[in-house]
Amino acid sequence: MKDLLWKNKLALAGFLIASLLVSAALLAPWLTPYDPAGQKLENRLDGPTWQHPFGNDELGRDILSRLLMGARVSMRVGGTVVLLSGVAGVLIGGLAGYVGGKLDTFVTVIVIDSLMAFPGILLAIALVAFLGPGLDRLIFALTIIGWVGYARLARGQVLKIKTLEFVEAARALGASGVRIFFLHVLPSIVQPVLVQASIGMATAVLAEASLSFLGLGITPPAPSWGAMLNDGRNHLFDAPHMVVFPSVALVLTVLSFNILADAFRDWLDPKSLKS
Amino acid sequence: MLVFTIPHVNALSVVGYTPESMFAFVIRRMALTLPVAWIVVTLVFGLIHLVPGDPIAQMLGEGASVTEVARLRHELGLDRPVLEQYRAYLVGLYHGNLGVSFRDQQPVAASIRSRYPATIELAVAALCFSLLFAIPAGVISAIRKGRFADRALGLVSLLGVSLPNFALGPLLILLFSIGLGLLPVSGRNGLSHLILPAGTLGLGLAAMTMRMVRSSMLEEIHQDYIRTARAKGLREQTVLFKHALRNGLIPVITILGLQMGSLLAGAIITETIFSWPGLGRLTIQAINARDYPLAQGCILAISLTYIMVNLITDVMYSVVDPRIRL
Repeated sequence: MKDLLWKNKLALAGFLIASLLVSAALLAPWLTPYDPAGQKLENRLDGPTWQHPFGNDELGRDILSRLLMGARVSMRVGGTVVLLSGVAGVLIGGLAGYVGGKLDTFVTVIVIDSLMAFPGILLAIALVAFLGPGLDRLIFALTIIGWVGYARLARGQVLKIKTLEFVEAARALGASGVRIFFLHVLPSIVQPVLVQASIGMATAVLAEASLSFLGLGITPPAPSWGAMLNDGRNHLFDAPHMVVFPSVALVLTVLSFNILADAFRDWLDPKSLKS
Repeated sequence: MLVFTIPHVNALSVVGYTPESMFAFVIRRMALTLPVAWIVVTLVFGLIHLVPGDPIAQMLGEGASVTEVARLRHELGLDRPVLEQYRAYLVGLYHGNLGVSFRDQQPVAASIRSRYPATIELAVAALCFSLLFAIPAGVISAIRKGRFADRALGLVSLLGVSLPNFALGPLLILLFSIGLGLLPVSGRNGLSHLILPAGTLGLGLAAMTMRMVRSSMLEEIHQDYIRTARAKGLREQTVLFKHALRNGLIPVITILGLQMGSLLAGAIITETIFSWPGLGRLTIQAINARDYPLAQGCILAISLTYIMVNLITDVMYSVVDPRIRL
């Protein structure tokens, strides 16, 4: 892993940016120079200054403080969605692949194919629109669309691994199916799942921002990068900084996790480097 | 004199390339589509039952009287048993009746019909934009592999994949409408209004397609038939564009088909940014107004279009590459 980062400068940059963002999210309450919800109408729509390096929004709130707290929201949603959908997807897809038969048909043909029939973001919009806005509902909707990717991946990997000799050897030694699945098969698919998780993090952050941009995600006054962009859209002429800084934050986040996913993939599959 | 008679063998039929097999494939693929469409219809029907509390009270707001709530519940058929509601929904759908919008009392199907062309126009324009960028960029990137052009285009594509359309749209407005004054900010009135929304919607697809074209071309240009074409003395442009690109584009078609469906979903955000009067904007307007029948209708229309586009892509793909049907 250390070799990967030192040899691949892009991966190192991605790792550093992602680490910085995660640290900023964790330390946001101590790093924010002002109250993210504190309104100062005399500073309304002010551009960047020494006191407010990223300027102020239409209610005079400090954009830097809101971006830092927004990072916390993005990372919290992204992390929770990746964890929940990863665990659910790996268990459901992995079991379907391991058990096979009717369970596999049910999971792949009925559940996964039906969910894949919706474009992901549309399904999330539909769920949040009817369930109502809020952090827990947003996480639920994103988990519903997120677990399918992990399930497909886990199923494919388990189908391949369950025919390998070490699994047969464990069975010959009398290990139970449950023991083989949890102690031998699942640990073997951790690496591709990590790649998927890195992509999933970028996707979840983007989806959260998309829904908040549409007014369906995080409820105000809690800061969210998507909602900040939506606010900024109404002040493109008089306060373009309201759009520029949240856009840069979002792009850096997605870019860093995408770069990390690419680097992980290359590291795990050296053949892809040659192509 | 010995006469050898050679039996007539259709070489293409040997690999399964017959009109009958094509027909059978289309029928089989359509048969697979029907249950998926039915499940989607069922899920969309069930959406209104996900609303926490009473959906009618949510639609009418806090000040609604009991009589008003009861009247609307009866009008929407929500006072009947769920199975009966479901049967009525399916029968209505069969007759093209998706109910009546709660806000403007217009039939939902008519509202969708009036907005549908704008969304298709935007999605097709975005697709054209992405192809115009992705194919030449992908080819250049492949033939210049490892050089400056390849690295620069790689960076552009990484940025394109990572730049969401709700961030890109306002940035493009800032640059081209406010900064340079070249293009209009919003609305739908001719080609000039289409450029920014199509660019916003198409950039992500362009970046993804460019990566596909690059890797596909890299694979093709090392094939024997390319070496043969070069050995025959053909011009490099002919070898690349007439031979390698033709085969290299086959896997790209599948991605494009799948992404065409995603463009329809992505149009929801792009249409909101540019006030484009399409189905996506109508969906968000319906959701914000808690007009559940209209929101359900829009979601169903986009989902069914997505399924149809996937079906057409699969069929087209099987025409381009007959091995798919085997």
